[in-house]
Amino acid sequence: MFSDFDFGVIQRSLPYLIKEGLTFTLTLTALSTIGGVILGTLIAMARLSSYRVLQVAGAGYVNFLRSLPLVLVIFWFYFLMPYILQWVTGASSPVPVGAFASALITFTIFEAAYFSEIMRAGIQSIPRGQPAAAAALGMNYWQSMWYIILPQAFRNMLPVILTQTIILFQDTSLVYVVSLPDFLGAASKVAQRDGRLVEMYIFAAIVYFIISFFASWLVKRLQARIAIIR
Amino acid sequence: MIEIDNVSKWYGDFNVLKHCTTSVTKGEVVVVCGPSGSGKSTLIKTVNGLEEFQEGDIRVDGTALKDKSTNLPKLRSRVGMVFQHFELFPHLKITENLCLGQMKVLGRDRETAMKKATALLERVGLEAHAHKFPGQLSGGQQQRVAIARALCMDPIVMLFDEPTSALDPEMVNEVLDVMVELAREGMTMMVVTHEMGFARKVANRVIFMDRGEIVEDATKDDFFGKPRSERAQQFLSKILTH
Ligand SMILES: Nc1ncnc2c1ncn2[C@@H]1O[C@H](COP(=O)(O)OP(=O)(O)OP(=O)(O)O)[C@@H](O)[C@H]1O
Ligand SMILES: [Mg+2]
Repeated sequence: MFSDFDFGVIQRSLPYLIKEGLTFTLTLTALSTIGGVILGTLIAMARLSSYRVLQVAGAGYVNFLRSLPLVLVIFWFYFLMPYILQWVTGASSPVPVGAFASALITFTIFEAAYFSEIMRAGIQSIPRGQPAAAAALGMNYWQSMWYIILPQAFRNMLPVILTQTIILFQDTSLVYVVSLPDFLGAASKVAQRDGRLVEMYIFAAIVYFIISFFASWLVKRLQARIAIIR
Repeated sequence: MIEIDNVSKWYGDFNVLKHCTTSVTKGEVVVVCGPSGSGKSTLIKTVNGLEEFQEGDIRVDGTALKDKSTNLPKLRSRVGMVFQHFELFPHLKITENLCLGQMKVLGRDRETAMKKATALLERVGLEAHAHKFPGQLSGGQQQRVAIARALCMDPIVMLFDEPTSALDPEMVNEVLDVMVELAREGMTMMVVTHEMGFARKVANRVIFMDRGEIVEDATKDDFFGKPRSERAQQFLSKILTH
């Protein structure tokens, strides 16, 4: 039944798929993981702080974003961002935002909700004696967080963070709904152009599978190596 | 050096500290003992502001903790503290454990901090372990490192909260030896411990606590010779018979 298939289309479009599509996808994954972990950590710190306002704001952020479908957030941001920026900067017309920037901001904001839950669990897993020891040395809140709590929390949670990154990697394919040129978007463009839908979607599925599978395997190996000696 | 003035503390309805008053003068070694749950840890943690208290006040080297303008981190950097479970930073090597506070809190440069760290590691007999992680050391060694870490900050007073009670019996003495030496050098110390041998050797005074109260506050000789309260007598007979 594969006799009608022309897998040559893959070979012909490979440079484009990798140079445009996969680069977009991987860069978006990497940068929004970094952004999401940083923002998520700040939100986790807010939720664990002793200030009621910060606790409520942090919890609100997380619960709100976790109850929205990602596709919806992508749509909103893509279409609303120019207007939001117009409003913020007071420009006379909607400010155009690049496809990549829009996707990056969307994923950072969305994934921060998930990363904040991971970092919150990580911070809570550190024994209470650790911040006490940091405080006893005269460190203030930020020093204690930066030098003592967060490095340990991050290391404890790294496998979970990376697993979430793999999910994020797969989720980035959703930007194709606003026709951004990620890997799946590029594959589907070629598929439509050459009328080779089945071949291209099989190929895309295999690529997503291999990358995710390999990444999961790496995470498992890493897990044993990074554990803090106790 | 430390003046604890009528301090009371509550956890909700539970009255952990009841009108505690005592003081520690410069060069003095004061041992705090009492049954489990009597508030010893809580009392010693109020001294460097790790625990808040609702009533009374504490002055450390003249600085009042309740004073709004007191810079608590700065005050804590001058008060060394050693915990029951060591609380070394497990993700940092021993040298980094010793240098971090010096560099980030006292603003010393790495070279100065390292010099101090090396000197103090030598003093507690652990210079060979400088580049290990805390998890690679025995409990007794970790506690000696914890003492060295506190001493790196050139504290004006040292607080100890049951420094030997999490240790295997054969490691207790290596830690007590360091503490005895420290006491003999004239360090001001407040020590929560049940090691009465240590108290007899170097304590100037012994405080006995029960249910949040300072029941007995006596010189060492008075405490071991003729404790006034029945509760202290009972406690002593229990602890000294085994
Ligand atoms: N965070 C807390 N919330 C409520 N109660 C607490 C809290 N911390 C301590 N307590 C209670 O306060 C009392 C005094 O505790 P503390 O740790 O000071 O006793 P301790 O004399 O050091 O006892 P131990 O010898 O077991 O260390 C105990 O009854 C304890 O249950
Ligand atoms: Mg205690």
